Parts: sequence; C-alpha cells; structure tokens
Amino acid sequence: MGFLDVIDVSHIYFSKESTTTALLDVSFTVDKGEFISLLGPSGCGKTTLLSIISGLIEPTFGTITLENERVGTNNRHIGYMLQQDYLFPWKTIEENILLGLKLMSRLDQQTRKTALALLEKMGLYNVEDKYPKELSGGMRQRVALVRTLATEPKVLLLDEPFSALDFQTKLKLEDLVFNTLKQFNKTAILVTHDIGEAIAMSDRIYLFSKRPGTIVREFTVPDELRHLEPFQARNHPTYNDLFQIIWEELNELEKN
Amino acid sequence: MKKIDIEGLHQQFKKELIKEKRKISIIQLFILVIFLFLWEVASQQYWIDPLIFSSPRKIWDLLITNFFDGTLWPHLYTTLFETILGFIIGTLFGTILATILWWFPFTAKVLDPYLVVLNSMPKVALGPILIVAIGPTMTSIIAMGVIISIIITTIVVYTAFREVDPNFLKVLQTFRATRWQMFKEAILPSSFPVIISTLKVNVGLSWVGVIVGEFLVSKQGLGYLIIYGFQVFNFTLVLMALVIIAIFATVMYKGVELIEKQLIKNN
Ligand SMILES: Nc1ncnc2c1ncn2[C@@H]1O[C@H](COP(=O)(O)OP(=O)(O)OP(=O)(O)O)[C@@H](O)[C@H]1O
Ligand SMILES: [Mg+2]
Repeated sequence: MGFLDVIDVSHIYFSKESTTTALLDVSFTVDKGEFISLLGPSGCGKTTLLSIISGLIEPTFGTITLENERVGTNNRHIGYMLQQDYLFPWKTIEENILLGLKLMSRLDQQTRKTALALLEKMGLYNVEDKYPKELSGGMRQRVALVRTLATEPKVLLLDEPFSALDFQTKLKLEDLVFNTLKQFNKTAILVTHDIGEAIAMSDRIYLFSKRPGTIVREFTVPDELRHLEPFQARNHPTYNDLFQIIWEELNELEKN
Repeated sequence: MKKIDIEGLHQQFKKELIKEKRKISIIQLFILVIFLFLWEVASQQYWIDPLIFSSPRKIWDLLITNFFDGTLWPHLYTTLFETILGFIIGTLFGTILATILWWFPFTAKVLDPYLVVLNSMPKVALGPILIVAIGPTMTSIIAMGVIISIIITTIVVYTAFREVDPNFLKVLQTFRATRWQMFKEAILPSSFPVIISTLKVNVGLSWVGVIVGEFLVSKQGLGYLIIYGFQVFNFTLVLMALVIIAIFATVMYKGVELIEKQLIKNN
C-alpha cells in the first residue's frame, strides 16, 4: 500500500437517455511527495478521476485510500484546484484565499499569516484588498492555487491549471508551483494536455486511452530530469527523447 | 515623441460629462413645467373638464390646506406604514420561502405547479376573502401588500438560487462546506443582484396591494382618499392622493437603489 491508492476505479454517468462509461478499472499508487501527471485524449475521464480522488463524487466501482484510510466526501486532506480559477468575484483576494480555512473553522492569526505569506511567495504583492476582476488571468490562477494550498492539504489535485495562460506565464508558473510543492514535500496529481509540461514537472506520467479511460502506459521520468526545475528540464536532451515517445503513443491512441 | 496632455484631456472629458448631465436635467425640468402649465391652461380654458381633470393649482391648494390643518397626516402615515410593512414582509418571506425550496429540492419539485398557479392568479381578487377572514382592519391591508409580492419574489429568487454557477459550489465542496455554508458563501451573495431587482418590482407591487386593500376596507389611507374622492366626485382629492403616492413610491424606489449600491459594490 502506498500513500495514495486508486483501486479498481470505474465510473459510469447515468442520465435519462444514456449512460456514459467514463473510467474503466483504473488503479495506481502514488508515494508521498511524488508528482504524477495524467495525460490523455479529451473526454477520457481525467476530470472525473480527479473528482473521484478528491471525494467530490462517489465512483460507481472501486475505492480511493489515503494513508490506508478510505477517502469519503468529508476528507479534508485533499486539495483540488478546478480547471478554471473560480475566484468569488464579490470577495477580496484576501477573503478568497482564506475561504477554505474559514469553511473548515481553521482560520486564526497563524493560518491567516501563513496564507498571506504564500501570496507573496507567489509574487503577488499588495493585492489582498483587490477584487478578482482587477487581476490578470495569471495572477488569478496563482490566487486560486494559494486558496487551495492555504488549507495545507496532504495531496494536491491540479486540473489543467495552466491551460488558459500564455506560454511565458505558464513556464514561470510551472517553476513556481514545482518549487513550492517540492519545498513542502507535497504529493500532487496534475492533469494536462501538454506533454512537455507533464515531462518537465512530474516524477511519473500515466497515459490514458480514449473513453472509457484506462491506463495504457506508465512512464517514469528519468532522474536527471526529475530534479531540474521545469524550465531547465525542457532544455535537457533527454526531455526530447521522452517527448517523442509519448507523442507517438498519444497519436497512436487517438488513431484507434 | 509627441507630448500628450492627458490631464487636460481628462479635464475636458469630465467637463463634457457634466455638461451633458446638466443639459438632461434642464430638459427634464422643462418637460415638467410645460406639462403643468398646459394642464393648468387647458383646465382654465375648459379644453378639458376641470371637474374631472382638476388643475395643478387646485391640487396644490388642497394639498397645502390638508397638510397644515393636519387632515392629511393620518392617511399618509397609515398608507406608508402599510406599504413599507407589506413590502418588507413580502420580500423577506419570499426570500425565506425561496431558501426553503432551495434547501429541500424535492419539496420544490412537488410544490412547483402550485407556485405557478398561485403566481398566475390575480392576487387582488383574494381581497374580499381576506377582509372577511381577517376583518376590515389594517392587518388585512398589509396582508394584501404581502400576498401580491410574496409568490413572485419566491419564484424569482428561487430561480436565481438555482442558476448560481455550480462551479462556485464545487469550489466550496472541495473545502467540504456544509449546505448552510454554501448558501451563505455562494448562493446568497451571487443572487444579490436578482434580489435587488425584485425589491424594485416589489415597491410597485406593495403599493398596488395596499391601495386596493384600502379601497376595499375604506377607513383610512391614501387609497381611501381616492375612493372617497371618487364617490363624492372630488377629483382634485383623487389627483392629490395620486401625486402623493407618486412621490413616496419614487422615494422608496430611490431608497432601494441606495441599498443596491451598498450591497453590490463589486459585482
Ligand atoms: N456530469 C456528467 N454527466 C454525464 N456525463 C459526463 C459528466 N461529466 C462528464 N461526463 C462525460 O464523461 C466523459 C469524461 O469527462 P471528463 O470531464 O472527465 O473528461 P476529461 O478527460 O477531463 O476531458 P477534458 O480533457 O476535455 O477536460 C466525457 O465523455 C463527458 O461527456
Ligand atoms: Mg477535464
């Protein structure tokens, strides 16, 4: 048993007219402090899987365990950053990042200070009293990340956190997130469409088939890339080799 | 490089804004003056029947007389009290009902057809029943003010609650929020704009309810003045009551706009 276990998870969506099998027999294990990426064609069930791991939805079959305890809808140790920032427009940035702490009744002088310090660590200065609409897309994304990190989850789930950003901002944020997570030795699962991002940030990569999503390949990122910051990893010769392999696999998947 | 006088341009821009605003105010005032003047002249020259349409001067004189001899006050107090109370209760309870429906979705589904029927029914038609049931008192007039606005408030606010972006709720769920927390942090604040616009509608509705109620009960209030003036064929009195209603309804509406500015500074 590892730190986080996904055990034989299948998920079917039911509606009046039809049923959709989104995931089929997905199992994997994540160790503490590991960074995992999930890659796969659009609609293969990646978001569904994150929602299941976070406990937001019950899988039709299978279980999730964190430190050998079943993850239910009440689990407070898993932080989930949705595909878009969804900051509350009527709350200030400070109120937004303290939201999780407030809801969990953990807001005090200490946690508040930590959260505000995290904001500065992300390069956001003097924004506490601003409203989300006054911030750029990249800044908002960082605020959303701070909001998720503020509750100090043991596991962080990231659903395409950088997909809406321009390339330069994206590269900078990759480094920032990478360093922050490494510093706190956080376990993370990242969903992305970007093969390069997956290689540059993760320790391992799972490749999913088309719907119903199952794991078709697992790639372990070579040691020499793992310890580099994402930006430097992208410039390493080994990076291109792995990129080619995954690229071809993905193409193959989309063909059938 | 060309040097741009931004400060100067801004000043000019502001000056132009003020100029336009002043122009609008002047024209608005002008329309009012012309209207009153034409009315007065038409009445004096018998182009319109002065017995029915009265004239601004006669209305003004009556208003001043009734104002200073104190006969107007009880009517004014009564109607204002009834309207404001009807308005507050209707809006508040409508919102509370909407909250209950949101809280118990199953109940909401069950009650849906009944709400639709209640909403399409002309509620003032319930007036006579109310008066018989509660008695010809202020309570039944306030009740009129309430029933006329409560159902539509419930429906509109409940619809707004349901249309809140589910992703906000999802964010809250990732922090394991309780249903009450979801209501407080997302449902209610993001529905404020809708609640405010129902407030505005309810200002008008509660006036309708109260005036009709006063027609029926016929004891006191501006609605009573209208009915009384109609019965003794004193249309100056009727029009005076109408002018007062127009003024106070506008004041209430402006009050709601003030609340609006307070509540939704940042949406
Ligand atoms: N609430 C739902 N009800 C019914 N079907 C759903 C629901 N959510 C997702 N699906 C279906 O399940 C499948 C997987 O959806 P999911 O959002 O998990 O895909 P994804 O891998 O995250 O896609 P993308 O990369 O485009 O974000 C899709 O076919 C989608 O249509
Ligand atoms: Mg997705």
